[in-house]
Amino acid sequence: MGKKKKKVPALNSSSTADISFILLIFFLVTTSMDTDSGLSRRLPQPPDKEQEDAQIDVKERNVLNVRLNAAGALMCNSDIIDVNLLCDRAKEFIANPNDLSTLPEKHAKTIDLLGNCYVTDKHVISVQTDRGTPYEVYFQVQNELVRAYNELRDELAKSKFGRPYEALTDEQKVAVRAYYPQKISEAEPKTYGGTK
Amino acid sequence: MAGFKKKESREMPEMNTSSLPDLIFTILFFFMIVTTMREVTLKVKFTVPSGTELEKLTKKSAVSYIYVGPPTDALRAQLGSSTRIQLNDRFAEPREVMDFVAQERQGMTNQAEQIISIKADSRTQMGIITDIKEVLRKSWALRINYSATRRN
Repeated sequence: MGKKKKKVPALNSSSTADISFILLIFFLVTTSMDTDSGLSRRLPQPPDKEQEDAQIDVKERNVLNVRLNAAGALMCNSDIIDVNLLCDRAKEFIANPNDLSTLPEKHAKTIDLLGNCYVTDKHVISVQTDRGTPYEVYFQVQNELVRAYNELRDELAKSKFGRPYEALTDEQKVAVRAYYPQKISEAEPKTYGGTK
Repeated sequence: MAGFKKKESREMPEMNTSSLPDLIFTILFFFMIVTTMREVTLKVKFTVPSGTELEKLTKKSAVSYIYVGPPTDALRAQLGSSTRIQLNDRFAEPREVMDFVAQERQGMTNQAEQIISIKADSRTQMGIITDIKEVLRKSWALRINYSATRRN
């Protein structure tokens, strides 16, 4: 054997790129990049035994009854309306700009950053569905109601702070939220007509 | 004019591609980190409704999914076309949601932030959704999200 140092042949690594490409493509296919989005809601806490007995009395003017039947028709208090009109209807109800006696009563409330305000903090929007209501309709109603709140909060934020709601600081957001608290209650479903 | 050499048979110098694998690996790792594996094989098919007031679900580790819809075409022959609930990899009844929620919560580090994302077909009837919501309420999973696509 000769003492000469043998040269180790270099490993041909030109295919490593291809291998890693295949891995990359595999991951691209099997994973999902899309951030899920959706309408966030908060469910009420489970009812206590005592709570069930003590019905909370709410004045009629403070309630906006939104009812959905099995056919997907929408009734707002006593009118049958289209989903598109619900947002304006809800905004008028929540804000009660002209202080009408048929719309929610206003209470004086001191809110940080906003000072003394008259707010309709006792209002409740009650959404009642039938077991046969299409989910699509229900979702659109929820969407419109959330839109009503978002638009009102946006308007308030712009008039008081000169910026849209999303751009506010956390304290300002809390103040705006205290001015327009989101109160959408969901009653137990009832069977209005439709299949029993 | 002087200065021009006679054209020799010049060769293009080969580009050094030894760093190409590293480059691709970097992209690969990037994708592995930012994406999540598809959670389950879907056994129900659904088209989620579209809405305007959507919020993004950012903390994926705190999200559990409930799928609601009719069985996929392949399974329809055995199972019919009535609306079913899928939890993880199997069909379930509304009352099983409670166990599912508890089980999902076990594996989470930030249990208080648990969000249940309901991916329901837009033609589903509200009865089944209400049943799910009732069970979620009872199991104290109060933060829910109706999955939807953005519409302008």
